[in-house]
Amino acid sequence: MSGFLQNTFNGLVGGAFYALLALGLAVIFGMLRVVNFAHGAFYMLGAFGAYVLLAEAGVPFWAALVIMPLALGLLGMALERAVIHRLTRLDPLYNFLLTFGLTLILQDLVKSRYGVQSSPYATPAELSGTVDFGLFDFPTYRVFILGFTVLLCAAVWWVLGRTRIGMVVRAATERPELTRAFGIDVGRWVTPVFGFGIALAGLAGVLAAPMRAVNPLMGADLIIVVFAVVVIGGLGSIFGSVAAGFGIGLIQAWGEAYLSDYPLVSQTVVFVVMAAVLLWRPAGLFGREEAPA
Amino acid sequence: MSERTERSEGREAMPGRLGVTSTVDTSPVKKAAPRSGLLAVARAPGWVRYALLAAGLLAALWLPNGLYPAVAVDILCWALFAVSVDLLLGFTGLMSFGHAAFWGTSAYVTGLVAIHAGLPFPAAVLVGALAAALLALPIGYLAVKRTGIYFAMVTLAFAQLVYYVANEWRSVTQGENGLQGVPRAFFGADLTDDYYFYYAILPIVLLGLLAAWRIVHSPFGRVLVGIRDNPARARALGYPVHRYKLTAFVLSGFLAGLGGGLFAVGHRFVSLDVLHWTTSGKAVIVVVLGGIGTLWGGVLGAALVVRLEDWLSFSGFEAIGLVTGGIFVLVVLLFRRGVWGTVAHLARRRGAARRE
Repeated sequence: MSGFLQNTFNGLVGGAFYALLALGLAVIFGMLRVVNFAHGAFYMLGAFGAYVLLAEAGVPFWAALVIMPLALGLLGMALERAVIHRLTRLDPLYNFLLTFGLTLILQDLVKSRYGVQSSPYATPAELSGTVDFGLFDFPTYRVFILGFTVLLCAAVWWVLGRTRIGMVVRAATERPELTRAFGIDVGRWVTPVFGFGIALAGLAGVLAAPMRAVNPLMGADLIIVVFAVVVIGGLGSIFGSVAAGFGIGLIQAWGEAYLSDYPLVSQTVVFVVMAAVLLWRPAGLFGREEAPA
Repeated sequence: MSERTERSEGREAMPGRLGVTSTVDTSPVKKAAPRSGLLAVARAPGWVRYALLAAGLLAALWLPNGLYPAVAVDILCWALFAVSVDLLLGFTGLMSFGHAAFWGTSAYVTGLVAIHAGLPFPAAVLVGALAAALLALPIGYLAVKRTGIYFAMVTLAFAQLVYYVANEWRSVTQGENGLQGVPRAFFGADLTDDYYFYYAILPIVLLGLLAAWRIVHSPFGRVLVGIRDNPARARALGYPVHRYKLTAFVLSGFLAGLGGGLFAVGHRFVSLDVLHWTTSGKAVIVVVLGGIGTLWGGVLGAALVVRLEDWLSFSGFEAIGLVTGGIFVLVVLLFRRGVWGTVAHLARRRGAARRE
């Protein structure tokens, strides 16, 4: 029983990263109709930024947790203004290709400066050690990640549901033409929303740094899994993307724990789930039907 | 949403196909959609088309004399790969971002067959391509349930699944070491020299390209274009849209497999790179650089990208991704018609000016 709870907890922590990345992808997609391939690269930059700040300037984890999302959010807004914005009127596939190109560039920039080997990042002292949950112990840092992510998702939930900007974003996501027809200036929110999505990716990266190996390729494989996650949840649905993120994290952790003889299972289970969802509900678990083709 | 944008892509990215046009308007779908990309194509006079064909064949015959033969072999393989991607992207309106799955699967199967069965290499490549087509069947069946950007994400994800499987299945694929020593057996002929190997595979590649051309210009191909331009209308006319898309997907997988198998024999070595997502992405950008929906543009794109990468690695430049990524960004921002598309566009404009 305690083993099961521990695996479940691990799954939720793994799912938290998927959820953060999927959330960013979903708000960006909702507002701009852009699937940002570079999301994984920004996650990597978040982790690498935290590592470089600590190693070369002695900036602690807590400061990096604020600095990196802000810096990457600004970088994202600059990128949106400079290039992505030029292609939003065209087919979304063009921006997919553009951000794919940006991914290769960002990855190689980091690779040529720091090499491909993984670097360790020490867990901040306040969060080392374990928390005793009675039935099992759990690393404090993981508890922190989970709590932080859940709070963050709840905050985003509140902003989307209760504030004016949230209403504009939801309206623009669901009925872009109608929103414009009501005289709401959707355009002025596009850049900030893009920056916010990127900041979430950067934040996930900083959170990942003490837990996972920091290397230039850490984001690339992850983003493909996150694509599968948002296909499962339905990219149009912000709630669906987050829920699918946690769900896939859980399934992967259980697969890892109970089918440990088959490492392939936990790697590929997400794609199998995606195939099943495509068969059963092509629009995703929480997505709306597309126009039939 | 994706329906709408697919159609607008048709207008924006179908600059016309100088030299390969035989737009006999057979399909009722085409008549119903008079503003689609195909009908906007200006027909080049016959002699221009034959001259271009002759020039292309001459260039293909001359290629290994002007470049390193190994590079020329790569160009041929990538040309097939690009054309297979364009068959979907340009003529069916589906962007596969996971074609490395078929290219790579065929490379592995070809390699294994050539090593263990000792078949002549064309037979091994054929087995590889059939394996790729077989794999394309389930992946395509699931993927064609989505369109537009979702199709790209789904194919990318399935290709990653294939990558993981190949990575774990070490007893067969040798994992990170790769398959080594893929033979070039061909009835005792000595093909170890890349120069002669180039001429040995040229007929196969030309056959593959011819097949792609036949597919595009068959009634089946017309229906595909009709689906691309207006899926709802094609469905209303009674065409089983999903089945057409799936057939195109499997045919495309076969062609990609043909290229991948030749690539494996050409390099005498298969590594996990052939299945990596960057390979899928590179195939798409080769097509965009050459010109989406131009078929032969992909061949040009392949020649340009392979030559450029060879030149970069020869000059000791490490960060090839920087250049490939840069090409992606520049092409998508500034050069969406691609090489062939731009040439066709200019020729059409000149033609229009002369008529006035």
